[in-house]
Amino acid sequence: MNNQPILEVQEATKSFGGIVAVNRVSLDVRDGEILGIIGPNGSGKTTLINCITGFIKMTSGKVLFRGKNISGKPAHKIADMGITRTFQIMRPYYSLPCYKNLVIPLFSPRAKRTGGWRGGGKLGDRDTVGIDILEEIGFERDSFVPYKIASTLPTGYLKRLELARCLALKPEIIICDEIFSGLSMSEIASMVPLIERLQMDGITLIMIEHRLRELFRVANRVMVLNFGEKVIEGSPEEVMADDKVKEVYFGSEEVEEVMSHA
Amino acid sequence: MNNEQRRRERLDRGIKVRTDGLYAIMSLRELCYLTVPRLVLIVGMLVLPLVMPSMYWQRVISIVCIYALLALGFDFLAHFVGLVCLGGAFFIGVGGYLAAILNTFLGFPPVVTIPIATLLGGAICTLLLLPCLPLRGVYFAIVTLMYPLVLMRIIEALNILGGTDGIMGVASFANRWIEQYFVISMVVLFLFGLRRLVNLDIGLVFRAVKDNDQAVRASGMNITFYKAIAVFVASCLGCLGGACLVHIYMWSGISLFALDFSILPIAATVIGGAGTVVGPVLGCFILVPISELLRAFGTLRIVFYCLILVAFIVFRSEGIMVYGQRKYHQFERWVTI
Repeated sequence: MNNQPILEVQEATKSFGGIVAVNRVSLDVRDGEILGIIGPNGSGKTTLINCITGFIKMTSGKVLFRGKNISGKPAHKIADMGITRTFQIMRPYYSLPCYKNLVIPLFSPRAKRTGGWRGGGKLGDRDTVGIDILEEIGFERDSFVPYKIASTLPTGYLKRLELARCLALKPEIIICDEIFSGLSMSEIASMVPLIERLQMDGITLIMIEHRLRELFRVANRVMVLNFGEKVIEGSPEEVMADDKVKEVYFGSEEVEEVMSHA
Repeated sequence: MNNEQRRRERLDRGIKVRTDGLYAIMSLRELCYLTVPRLVLIVGMLVLPLVMPSMYWQRVISIVCIYALLALGFDFLAHFVGLVCLGGAFFIGVGGYLAAILNTFLGFPPVVTIPIATLLGGAICTLLLLPCLPLRGVYFAIVTLMYPLVLMRIIEALNILGGTDGIMGVASFANRWIEQYFVISMVVLFLFGLRRLVNLDIGLVFRAVKDNDQAVRASGMNITFYKAIAVFVASCLGCLGGACLVHIYMWSGISLFALDFSILPIAATVIGGAGTVVGPVLGCFILVPISELLRAFGTLRIVFYCLILVAFIVFRSEGIMVYGQRKYHQFERWVTI
């Protein structure tokens, strides 16, 4: 881990009519670290990453990726540079089998550039690569799960499929939008090592999360948003100890629980 | 109290599973299972002009094939790319007028005009539709419905390209056999071509755009580009139909922009089975001849036509091919639960 910020957001602001969803939020992520973003519902977390990834246009502010201004670029260009994201509400291609879901990112210009695998062909190279990625992410190769139509899969697998779609692009940054939500305890328990391994592989992660305990285990730094503004940023311990965070999460049992364990 | 319920269970036939892979070539039975439906279709279409009783019905077959080309394009765009395009008449019109201009003003024979009108027409249609491509669902449908109307009124108001009289004296095909076998072979070619296309990797991208375009963007792909390719394919099909139509009627006029060309392919797709590619072709082979037969009823023709359509939609809303494929590939049984 070095200290060069890989992604820098300067004073990002997004307003929908009169409502300011994200208000002058700045952040920087260093190469290889995991940044957690937490905050109550409606605090602008998803809007912020929508701005970063180009899915919505910022009202004002700047996003720098390795020192290059990428604000205002279309979403596919940003993904092409290696900033990938998962969606909070999973967006698989429901009518396609799981491994065919990965043919689409593998067909993208970035994958063709970075991957080095030969395209299409009679041997079905992309299919094979797709199954390899799925195995990496926790789909049993010899089971029938990778071959099932995506619409028949349970939430846990769909969340993994979201991650797999990002991995197929050989990303530099993965932005996970609530990758743990809606999962059972055991599913989360098997997901955490996966996140840790991604970090070991040198991928920078930004994680929006409501599951604080798991997040605090993996995150290097945590940022708290409330009403679209940054409340505090720091190490998990600092954030937990802060009075303003307790105020934001007033009444939230989980924070108290986490804090009592701290 | 009786809590027992009966439910229909559907299971894939063993032979369907066996013929999925390389095992298909292990026995004649499996080979037949795969090839007979396709052969019936191809041979049936090739024999059709020979068994038609009169020249009038042979002409109907040509028209059916032109509608089939349009319906193929509609089904491809609507069910594999997610763009509901009501602009069939637009494609026919552009292709038709291009072929007529190339033939009458520049003197090219049909052999040249048809390929040029197909490709150039496809490119023109795609360019004109480019601004609408970010639209989705019903918005795209409404905008594409406007295009043929606009072109029709422009030709009428400015009195260009022959105005309301149209362009006359377009060369015909060398003879009616060439005409019929050309359009029939085009339908067969594009039918199997499209089926191949949607299962290629790029076809999967098209289907992904339909399922979830935001996820395709998140995969680093320009969805407008892929939509444009798909529209180009579909409009080429339509323009090919238009060019053939003009050479069949030896005339090109503003009736090429008639609403029929936009609506009938949709009805054919609904009846034939949406998303099956072969269904829409079948739908055209049912609907167009029915509409011809009903001419005997004079003005009541449309009433009966509508009744037939409604009956299809009420009793077989899934479409003939979806129903047929299910019966062919699966068997059903009642189970108590």
